[in-house]
Amino acid sequence: MQILQVDNVTKRYAAHTALDDVSLAVDEGSIYGLLGPNGAGKTTLIRIINHITAPDSGTVTLNGHRLTSDDVTSIGYLPEERGLYKKMKVGEQAMFFARLKGLSRGEAKRRLTRWFEKFDIMPWWNKKVEELSKGMAQKIQFIVTVLHEPRLLIFDEPFSGFDPINADLLKREILELRDHGATIIFSTHNMDSVERVCDSLTLINQGRNILSGNVEQIRRDASKGLVALEFEGDQQQLLAALGDRVKHYKLSPETGALGRKLTLELNDDQHVKEVVDLANEAVTLNSFTRVIPSMDEIFINTVNQNNILVQ
Amino acid sequence: MNNLSLVIRREYLERVQKKIFIITTLLMPVFMLLLSAAPALIMSLHTSDTKEIAVVDNSGVIANTLESNELAKYVATEQPLDSLIPSERWDGIVVIGADVVAKPDDITYYSRDAAPIELMRDLTQQIELAIEHERMEGYGIPDLDKILDEVKVDVDCNLMRINDQNEATESNQMLSTIIGFGTAFVLYMFLIMYGQMVMMSIIEEKNNRVLEIVVSSVKPAQLMMGKIVGVCLVAVTQVVLWTLVFLAISSLLVPAFMSPELSAEVAAYNAGTLEADAAYSDITLIQAMSALGNVGYILGMFGYLLLFLIGGFLFYSGIYAALGSAVDNVQDGGQLQIIAILPIILGLIFAISVVQDPSSQLAVIMSFIPFTSPMVMMARVPFDIPAWQIWVSLVLLYASFVGMVWLAAKIYRVGIFMYGKKPTVKELIRWATYK
Repeated sequence: MQILQVDNVTKRYAAHTALDDVSLAVDEGSIYGLLGPNGAGKTTLIRIINHITAPDSGTVTLNGHRLTSDDVTSIGYLPEERGLYKKMKVGEQAMFFARLKGLSRGEAKRRLTRWFEKFDIMPWWNKKVEELSKGMAQKIQFIVTVLHEPRLLIFDEPFSGFDPINADLLKREILELRDHGATIIFSTHNMDSVERVCDSLTLINQGRNILSGNVEQIRRDASKGLVALEFEGDQQQLLAALGDRVKHYKLSPETGALGRKLTLELNDDQHVKEVVDLANEAVTLNSFTRVIPSMDEIFINTVNQNNILVQ
Repeated sequence: MNNLSLVIRREYLERVQKKIFIITTLLMPVFMLLLSAAPALIMSLHTSDTKEIAVVDNSGVIANTLESNELAKYVATEQPLDSLIPSERWDGIVVIGADVVAKPDDITYYSRDAAPIELMRDLTQQIELAIEHERMEGYGIPDLDKILDEVKVDVDCNLMRINDQNEATESNQMLSTIIGFGTAFVLYMFLIMYGQMVMMSIIEEKNNRVLEIVVSSVKPAQLMMGKIVGVCLVAVTQVVLWTLVFLAISSLLVPAFMSPELSAEVAAYNAGTLEADAAYSDITLIQAMSALGNVGYILGMFGYLLLFLIGGFLFYSGIYAALGSAVDNVQDGGQLQIIAILPIILGLIFAISVVQDPSSQLAVIMSFIPFTSPMVMMARVPFDIPAWQIWVSLVLLYASFVGMVWLAAKIYRVGIFMYGKKPTVKELIRWATYK
C-alpha cells in the first residue's frame, strides 16, 4: 500500500526548472530518503507535497486520492529552515500551531502536556521563545510537527544544528513514530544518516529523479562487478591475464597485510569465478571480496555521471 | 475555529497585549491635544526680549506717536544715522523720511539681526495709524476719524447649505475644514503606521523562518489575510477607544469648563432661538461648541472615519503585504515602501486643497479613486456633500481592496520563499502570474 505517490511533477520558475518530470512512490509505514545535493529541488518537491506551492504539471496522490489543502492535517512537516515567533510564549505558541493542525483546545493541551513532560520541558511553558537556546527551540518545533499524529511525516535536514545527544533523542523518537504506523520521509544531503534507517530512497539531481528504489537493491546493483583483491606478485602479469574482462582498475598506493590492494570493475558480473581462477594462476591471491559501495559513494558517482550526461 | 480566525486572533492579541499599544492608545489623545494647543502655547510663551529701537524721525509727526510695548522700546533721537550705527545700544534704527505722510514707503529699518516679524508688524501698524491720522487732519474736517469709525462695517455672511431634501441648514465652514482635514490626517497617519506594521511583521516572519512552519498548516493567502485583518482590528480598536475618549471629553469635560454665558448661548443655538447679532460669543465658537456636544454628529463622523479607515487600510495593506513578502530585510522594505507611501501622501495633499473647495471636479474625482479616496473623501464628508458620492466612493474602495488583496496574495505566495536580492517591481508583477 502506497501512502504517497508523485507522478510526473514539473515546476518551473522564470529562470530555471526546479523539478522536471519527477515521479516517486512511498510505501506506507516505511522510512523514505529524499536525497540530493543542495539546490536539487528537494525542498520544492516537499512544498508541493505540503500543498504550499502548486506544480505546473503532474499529480500528487495521498492515501489514494488527489492531494487537497485539507490533507495538511495528515502531514507533519519540519522544514530545514525553521523558526518560532520570538515574542510569543512557548506554550501559547505550541497551542497555536496545534490548533492550526485542527486539534481542539482541550486535545491540544492534553497532548502538549504529554510531550512536554516526556521531554522534561514543562517549566518552559510560560517562557518566551527568545529566551530559549537553539536546541530547546528545535525540540518545540519537533513536538509541533508530530503533535497531530500525522500519518506522513516529512523531515527536511532534521539533524542539522542538533547536538549529538539531541540528534540521537530525535532519531529514537522518529523511529518510535514509525513503529506506531507513521510513514517518514527524510530529505537530506547527509547520506550517512540515511543509509542505516531508510528502506527506500530517491536521488534527485538538478530537478530530475536519477535514482530510485529499495536501499538494499540499490546497493546490490551498485556493487555488481566490483571486486577487491589483495595479492603478491607482478601487477602487469595479473592485468594481462585478466584481459578485457576488466573495465576499470585502481591500484591502491599502500600495501595491506595481505599484499597489494587492487580494485577492479568487471565488464560482466558473471566473470567473477573465472577472474578468481585466472588471478590465482597469475599471482599469489590472498584475498578476494565483492565491494559494496557506501551510499555516499553511490550518491557521488550517480550525481557525477548525471552531471556529465547533462552537460 | 478555522485557521483564518486562529491567525487573526494571534495577530490581534499579540499587538493589543503589548505595552506600547496600551501606552500609545492612552497617550495619543493627550499628545494630539497638546499638538493642537501648541501654537497658542508658543505664542503665549513668547520668549523674545524687548528691543530698543532708535527712531530718527525727519518728518517730526511720527516719533512721538509711537508707543513702546513688550516688543519694543521706541526712543526718538536727533542723532544722525552714521553715529547711531556703531552704537551697541540699539537693536534697530528706524529712519522716517521727511515727507512720509505723502510718501509712506520712505521708511527704512536698520538692524544687525533679522527683524522679528511681530516687531515689524507692530511698527508698521503704529506708523500707518499715525500717517492716517495726519492725513485726516489734512482735510480739516473735525472728528473725521470718529465719523470714519462709525461708517466702517464688518460684513458677516451666514452660510446656509441646501441639502438633498431642499432644506436650508446652517453650515460652519471653519468647523468643517478642521474636522475634514483632521480626520484626513488621522487616516493618513493610520494607513502608513498600520501598513508598515503589516510589512514589518511579514519581513520578521520571513527572517526568523517561522513562516516555513506556519505555511505547512495555513495557506499563504490565508496567513496574509489573517495578518491584514488582525492588524486592521487593532486599528479599529484604537479608533474606537479614541472615540470614547473624545466623547467623554466633549460631552463631560468641555461643558464643565464652558462659561455660563456660552453654555446658555449654545443651548439657545441648539433650540434655534439664538439671535446671532445679540450673541455675546462669536457665532463660529457657538457652532463648534454645539457640534462638540452633539453625540450623534460625532458618532457619525467617527463612523465614516472607521469605514474609510477599514477600506483604505485593507486596500493599502495589500500593497504593504506584497512588498514585505518580497524582501528579507527592513532596509530593502523601507526603500520599496515608497510605492505605498507616495499615493497616501498624495491623498493628504489633495485633502488640503479639497477642504478649500469640496465640490470641485478634481475633489470629486480624487474621492472616487481608491488610492486617494480615503483621505480626500474623508476631508469632504463634513461639508454636507451628496450622500451618494460617499457611498460610491466606499463601494469603489471596498471593491478594489478585494482586487488588491487578490493580487497581493499572488505576489506574497511567491515572495515569502524568495531570499536574497531585492526584487524589482517588474519581478513582483511577474510573480503574480505564476501558477
